[in-house]
Amino acid sequence: MSETALRIDTPARIQVSKTYKLYVGGKFPRSESGRVYEVTDTKGQWLANAPLGTRKDARDAVLAARAAVKGWSGTTAYNRGQVLYRVAEMLQGRREQFAAEVAAAEGVGAKKAAALVDAAIDRWVWYAGWTDKVAQVAGGANPVAGPFFNLSTPEPTGVVGVLAPRAGYGFSLLGLVSVVAPAIATGNTVVVAAAEQAPLPALSLGEVLATSDVPGGVVNLLSGRTADLAPTLASHQDVNALDLAGAIDPEGPGAAAALEAAAADTLKRVVRPAADPSAEDWTAAPGTGRLLSFLETKTVWHPMGI
Amino acid sequence: MAKTKKTETETPTGPVRRSGLFEYAPAPESPAAAGEIATSYGHFIGGEFVDSSGSEALKTVNPATEQVLAEFAQGTGEDVDRAVRAARKAFADWSALPGSERAKYLFRIARIVQERSRELAVLESIDNGKPIRETRDVDLPLVAAHFFYYAGWADKLDFAGYGPNPRPLGVAAQVIPWNFPLLMLAWKVAPALATGNTVVLKPAETTPLTALRFAEICRQAGLPKGVVNIVTGDGRTGAALTAHPDVDKVAFTGSTPVGRAIAKQVAGTRKKLSLELGGKAANIVFDDAPLDQAVEGIVNGIFFNQGHVCCAGSRLLVQESVQDELLDALKRRMGTLRVGDPLDKNTDVGAINSAEQLARITELAAAGEQEGAERWAPECELPGAGYWFRPTLFTGVSQAHRIAREEIFGPVLSVLTFRTPAEAVEKANNTPYGLSAGIWTEKGSRILWMANRLRAGVVWANTFNKFDPTSPFGGYKESGYGREGGRHGLEAYLDV
Repeated sequence: MSETALRIDTPARIQVSKTYKLYVGGKFPRSESGRVYEVTDTKGQWLANAPLGTRKDARDAVLAARAAVKGWSGTTAYNRGQVLYRVAEMLQGRREQFAAEVAAAEGVGAKKAAALVDAAIDRWVWYAGWTDKVAQVAGGANPVAGPFFNLSTPEPTGVVGVLAPRAGYGFSLLGLVSVVAPAIATGNTVVVAAAEQAPLPALSLGEVLATSDVPGGVVNLLSGRTADLAPTLASHQDVNALDLAGAIDPEGPGAAAALEAAAADTLKRVVRPAADPSAEDWTAAPGTGRLLSFLETKTVWHPMGI
Repeated sequence: MAKTKKTETETPTGPVRRSGLFEYAPAPESPAAAGEIATSYGHFIGGEFVDSSGSEALKTVNPATEQVLAEFAQGTGEDVDRAVRAARKAFADWSALPGSERAKYLFRIARIVQERSRELAVLESIDNGKPIRETRDVDLPLVAAHFFYYAGWADKLDFAGYGPNPRPLGVAAQVIPWNFPLLMLAWKVAPALATGNTVVLKPAETTPLTALRFAEICRQAGLPKGVVNIVTGDGRTGAALTAHPDVDKVAFTGSTPVGRAIAKQVAGTRKKLSLELGGKAANIVFDDAPLDQAVEGIVNGIFFNQGHVCCAGSRLLVQESVQDELLDALKRRMGTLRVGDPLDKNTDVGAINSAEQLARITELAAAGEQEGAERWAPECELPGAGYWFRPTLFTGVSQAHRIAREEIFGPVLSVLTFRTPAEAVEKANNTPYGLSAGIWTEKGSRILWMANRLRAGVVWANTFNKFDPTSPFGGYKESGYGREGGRHGLEAYLDV
């Protein structure tokens, strides 16, 4: 189309704006509450209405995550790696959309937002490469003093409840990817409470995951009040672990200490938030901490003898 | 690259044995799927196809038809030097790239290999003679997986157990064999690039085509110029490459005599060396083994890829008490193997890779008869043109026989017997080689007891010829040193 064709005198085109939805079990439901809440940019400008996910939505999401554990943890590490890499490929194709959402969510300039999206893409690639390497790094043969074959291998712990980061540089997308990808790389499934004040990049990520060969239920994304969603995940009988990255409330039911205490009832594995979450820089190299946090080590003994 | 012509490959006439039970309709793969094969090829140096400084050209033939596929350059010392200089020039930037960026190039290569896998599988079958079923289901999936796996290591070297920030070596000279042309390329190139080295690779003189096609993939992936260089030619080119004073690493897969010569050649230099050489693997079957499974494993162990496999289970050690039963079942199974057109999807055993290799197999098999072993092969009609050898079994083989000691590298199985596990270990280890071994028994503790005592780099239990990029592969003793695959495979390309 030529330049002139674009300049014909018609009124400015009205954009089609997106209805943001939850992402649960591979589908995009609205909240069972039928309610939404207003999401604004950092200057208070209205962006969209996000579904107000409830305790019931969180429980539904745990069901979906549990149902997905068998298939996802049973797939080969190579296959999981390819799926995670596919997420990076899909995210790359939607770079501009996410850059706009990140800029609005975090109040950073366009250039910085784009760089944060690039870093999020690369983070998927980083964890895609870990799926089939973590066993050699975290497991191995044990030289027991006897005629036994003895081998330790890591296995996923199961369903991980994730409080997505709510602060720190790059929290809204890069931070989210930095907590979700390591958990699913090793074969866990997750239920994510998106950053309450900035859930749009997370909800859009669901659309990327849905088109990336990630089986439904492996990642479930909820927006809503952290004070509702977090205690539900922390106390849920069928959640095995909890990543409290976004537990930044100083007190109340959403505070890290209260959630950790609630998680203790079912002896969940808990990753605590940073000492100062607002100072966290999500662009920093991730290391293996989160990757190794949601693993169980299984040791197998077998005698050697004729 | 010179002018191209359309691929024309004749179908070998009148192949396959007649089975009394089933007749198969041919299910031929289209040779056209291999894409265009040029009439002649130069080297791939500094990101470009270039002519050789010399005028000598070699020909690669389709071993199933003896039809010439293409001419390619016999690399001269000057060509090798040019390639090494290109690799050296590229090394500074390539090794300085963040690992995460190197990784992305390798992921791209893995994805393009996946995309083009049918083309590459057909091309490999045509150039090598191996059945399309193997290139399609084994070689190509493993090639892509290997690049995918090592791509992931490029930014994780700090976690590989070699200390912080392990450094690459520099320019790697890589010489690979003809039995798994593209897979051996992947085994060499992927870890070298992931760790930050640049490479000059010489494919085998009977199978250069997939390596040259891989050069195009490097270009599609946008790989910086000079990171991968491919120089074709025979052993003379290989010797010039491994001897070049400016290479820092030599990696060779091939015969033990050549490996030994390379080890002598690099002695006294600073070059790091890894060798993956010959084998004479024992496939050990105990009387409690599930015999039908064992028969499948034995067949897979020795007839996979026409027996052109360094880790082939070429010595069958069977416990005396089940010898008759096992051999009857094995002969029955061998009678159903379909030998013939590599592009027929029904084919189990394809063409022998070259006239030279066929002569060597023929000579060793004759020696087996002369030395008193009993030869058996199923009735099977072989195509008129091309290089073929019937799946063959020798019984009554003693440990002193040449067919029990020398690597035949063809579809020839030597059967020996044993009575006790200790005797099995003794006989299995009675070889200068030590690449692989197989154990067939239902008893887990015996598998581990045996594995503990076998002097071999890979031990398969109740399976055989399994490969995975995460699993280290390589030999003991005169089967070479260094490992390819897994975390261990990084060491060969790191200054550690």
